[in-house]
Amino acid sequence: MIFNRFFPQFMQNDKGGKILLSLLATLVLIIVIFNRLIPESSALHIPTYMVTLLGKYLCLALLAIALDLVWGYCGILSLGHAAFFALGGYAMGMYLMRQIGDRGVYGNAELPDFMVFLNWQELPWYWFGFDNFAFAALMILLVPGLLAYVFGWLAFRSRVTGVYLSIMTQALTYALMLAFFRNEMGFGGNNGLTDFKDILGFSLQSDTTRIVIFSLSALALAAGYIASRYIVESKLGKTVIAIRDAEHRTRFIGYKVEDYKLWIFVFSALLAGVAGALYVPQVGIINPGEFSPLNSIELAIWVAIGGRGTLFGAVVGALLVNYAKTYFTGVLPEFWLFALGTLFIVSTLYLPKGLVGIFQRHKKEPENTPKPIPPKSQSQELAQ
Amino acid sequence: MKFPSRKNALYLRLISFIFILFVSPNLIANSDHTNQLNETISTLLVKSFKQKTQAVKALAELDHPQSMVILEALLDTKLYYQRADKTIVIIHKNDQGYAIKKALNNKSLGIVKKKSLKKITTNNKLRKTIRSLLAQKKILNNDLSIRQAAIKEILTKTDPSLLSTLQDARNKEKVAAQQELLDLAIALIQADNAETETRLSAINLLGSSLYPVARGKLQELLNTNGQGEFLETNEQIITATQSALKKINGKLSFFNNIETLFFGLSLGSVLLLSAIGLAITFGVMGVINMAHGEMMMLGAYTTYLIQQVMPNSIGLSLLVAIPAAFMVAGLFGIAIERGIIRHLYGRPLETLLATFGISLLLQQMVRTLISAQNVAVVTPSWLSGSLIINPAFSITYNRIYIFFFALIVFALLLAILKKTTLGLQVRAVAQNRGMATAMGIKTKWVDSLTFGLGSGVAGVAGVALSQLTNVGPNLGQAYIIDSFMVVVFGGVENIWGTLVAAMTLGVANKFLEPWAGAVMAKIIVLVFLILFIQKRPNGLFPQKGRSSGGH
Repeated sequence: MIFNRFFPQFMQNDKGGKILLSLLATLVLIIVIFNRLIPESSALHIPTYMVTLLGKYLCLALLAIALDLVWGYCGILSLGHAAFFALGGYAMGMYLMRQIGDRGVYGNAELPDFMVFLNWQELPWYWFGFDNFAFAALMILLVPGLLAYVFGWLAFRSRVTGVYLSIMTQALTYALMLAFFRNEMGFGGNNGLTDFKDILGFSLQSDTTRIVIFSLSALALAAGYIASRYIVESKLGKTVIAIRDAEHRTRFIGYKVEDYKLWIFVFSALLAGVAGALYVPQVGIINPGEFSPLNSIELAIWVAIGGRGTLFGAVVGALLVNYAKTYFTGVLPEFWLFALGTLFIVSTLYLPKGLVGIFQRHKKEPENTPKPIPPKSQSQELAQ
Repeated sequence: MKFPSRKNALYLRLISFIFILFVSPNLIANSDHTNQLNETISTLLVKSFKQKTQAVKALAELDHPQSMVILEALLDTKLYYQRADKTIVIIHKNDQGYAIKKALNNKSLGIVKKKSLKKITTNNKLRKTIRSLLAQKKILNNDLSIRQAAIKEILTKTDPSLLSTLQDARNKEKVAAQQELLDLAIALIQADNAETETRLSAINLLGSSLYPVARGKLQELLNTNGQGEFLETNEQIITATQSALKKINGKLSFFNNIETLFFGLSLGSVLLLSAIGLAITFGVMGVINMAHGEMMMLGAYTTYLIQQVMPNSIGLSLLVAIPAAFMVAGLFGIAIERGIIRHLYGRPLETLLATFGISLLLQQMVRTLISAQNVAVVTPSWLSGSLIINPAFSITYNRIYIFFFALIVFALLLAILKKTTLGLQVRAVAQNRGMATAMGIKTKWVDSLTFGLGSGVAGVAGVALSQLTNVGPNLGQAYIIDSFMVVVFGGVENIWGTLVAAMTLGVANKFLEPWAGAVMAKIIVLVFLILFIQKRPNGLFPQKGRSSGGH
C-alpha cells in the first residue's frame, strides 16, 4: 500500500498509530484552512478559541502517552506525572514571564510583577538565563528529566514497586505542590505565573501565533508518539515489557532491571515536560494547582479508559475524557465528578483493556496467543 | 387558749432571732447606704474638677456595690444627668436612642432623646484618679473573681501610685495564686524603686515568674541608648537583670519545647487515628483504599447529623456519634469491598484507581445531599477550654481528649487483632492467604469484615477530626496522603509500627515548624520519607519472614 510509505518500518504493524497520525495531519490541515483561509463571517470558520482548546487537548494527549509508556509498558503507575508536566510548564512560564519586561503592571524591567509586589530587590539566581529561549528550552527538558532521574534512581535501585511507588510519586507531587504554593519560592505563590505577552517576539494573542503553537503541539504529539512507538518496538521495549510482566524473572535472567526502568521513566518525564511547556502558552497560566495529586490520578484514568499499553489508546482516552470534562463542567458541573468517579470504577471493573480493547476484541484474535480458559460457571460446578 | 409548748416557743424565738439577725440590719443599713450614695453622687454635678475629684473620692469610699458601677460609667463617659430633674443616669446607646438607667439603683427609665440628657464631663486627671480608685476598690474586694480580674488589669499597666494598696492587699490576701500575682505586681513597681536592695529583690522575683510582663519589664530595664550603652547606670542592677532574664528565657524555652512536644503528640494522635484503619486494610488485604479519607469524612458528617437530631444534648451526641460513625463508615466499607474491591484482587493498581473513583463519588454525594460548604459541628463544653499549667504552658482539652481517644482506639484494635477469633483469622489471612484458606478460614468473609473494621475505625477518626478541623466534603483529602506516609513509614502489617510512625512524624513535624515554617516542615518530612523508603522499603518494622519482594 502506498499509504504505508509515509510511515517508518517499525510502525508497519501499528494500525492504530497510522490512523492516529493521519488524523492528526488532517486535523492540522483542516484547522489551518478553516481558521486562516475562510473568513470569520462564514459559518465554516473555526474560531481561534477552539483551536487553542484543541491544542490544549493535544498537549494533554502527549502527557497521556508519557504515562502510558511507563504504566502500560513498564507497569510503573506513576501518580506524579503531573509534576513533570507542571515543571516543564513552569520553565516555559518563566521564559514567558521574562518576555513581559517592563510591560507588567508595575513596569519593572528587571523583576516580574509578583516579585515587585513582594518587595523583592533582585532576581533570584534560578531565574537567570530564562530570558533566553534556548536556555529555557533546555530547562524544559532538564528539570523534569533530572527530577525523574534522581527520584527514579533512588526508587528503582531500592526496588520500590507497585502501589508503594505510586504512593511515593503521589507524595512527590504533593510536596512540590506545597512548595510551589509558597511565596518565598519565587514562582509566584498560588497565583502562579500569568499575564504573558509574547513568545520569541510574536504576540500570544495573535491568531497566527496560536495556530503555530497548535501545530507545534500536534507535531510534538506526533513526534512523541513515533518516538515512543520506536522505543516499545525496539529490543529495549521488549525488555521493558518483560519487566512489566515478570520483573523477578527478567532480573534473574541477567537484565539490569533498574537501568531499563530508569531510562523509560526519564524519557517519559521528558515527554511530560514538553507537553507542559506547550500547554502553558495556550492556557496562559501555570499555577501550583497543576501539581495537585488529583491531576495525576485523572491522567491515569485517561490512559485506563483509552486502553493501556497501546499508546494510541492513551491519546483516545485523553481526548475523550477531556472533551467530556469541558462539556459537562459547562453544562452540568455537579454531574462531572459523579461521571468521573463512575469512569474510574467502570473502567477498572469492566474495561481492563480500555475502549481500544473493545474494538480489538471484535477483530480476529491473534492465532498464536492461547485463549484464556473460560471460568467454570456455578451450574457446571454443581453438576459435577 | 393553750400556750404553745416550750419546744415550739423555742423554735419561734430562734426563727425570729435569725430573722432579726439577718434581715433587719441589712434593711436598715441598705437604706442608710442608699441615702449616703444619693447624697454623694449628687455632688458630682459640679463644674469644678477639683470638687468633682473630691466627690469621686467620697464615692469610692462608700461601701456600696453601686458606687463601683457609677465610677465605671463615669470613666466610660456613660454617666449623664437628665436636664429636667437632674437625675443621674447611666446611658446605653442603641438604635432608637439612649436607653437610660437610674444611677442610684439601676432602675430602667426607658429610652430618651439625646437632647434631654447632659454628660457629666471628666478630664484626664480625673479619669486617672478614678482608674486608680477603682483598682484599689477592686483589689480589696471581698469577691475573689473581682480581685482576680482587677489584678489582671493592674498587671497590664503598672501604676506606681498603687504600691501601698497592693502591699495592703497582699497582706490581706489568703488565696495563694492571687498572692503570687500581687507579689508580681509589687515587684514590677519596685523594680523601678530608688533603693538598690529593694530593686534587686524585686528583679529576683521577676526572674522566677513566667508571666510575659515580668520578662517585658526585665527587658525594659536593659534598654540601651543609641550608642548601645545601658540606660541603667547601676552595674549591680544590670548583672542581676541579665541573670534573671537568662533564668526566664531558660524556663520559657523549656516549656516551649514541652508545648511543641505536646503539639507533636497531638498531631501524631490525629495521624494515628487516620492511618490505623488504613494500616489494617493495606496490611491484611494489600489493598490501597484511596477512599479511606472519605470514610473519615462520613464519620465527621455522621457526627454533624447526630447533632442535628439531638441539638439539646451536644455532649451526649458526641458519645452517640462514635458507634454511629463506626457503623456508617463500616457498612460503607463492607459495601465497597463486596461491590467493587472483591472483583479486583490481585490487581492493586486498578484497586487504587477504583477506590479513588469511589472517593470522588462520595465527596460529590455529600456535596449534593448536604452542602458544598463546610458544616458547623458544635464542640461540647467539656471539650472546649484549656488546661492552664502555668503562664507559659497550657493545652486545650480537645487535644488532650483526642490524644487519649487515639490511644484507646489503638488499644481496642490491638485487642481485637490479638485476642478475638476474628483477629486470629485476620492475622492468618495476612500472613498466608492460601494456607489460611486451606485451614478452613473463609477468607472472603474475613476480607469483608477487615475492610469494614478498617473503614469503621476511619469513621471513628472522623468523629475526632470533627472536633479539630472544618467538616467539609474535602476533609478526607487533607489527610489521605499523610495517612499513607504513616503506614508506609511504620511498615504495613504491623499496627505498632503505625503507632510509632504516627507519633514520630507528628513530633518531627512540629519541631521542624518553628525554624522551617509549617509548609516547609511538611515538605521536609515528605522528602525524608521518600528517602527513607529507598533505604527501608518495608518501613520501620517490616514483617519478618520470607517474601520475594513485590506486593
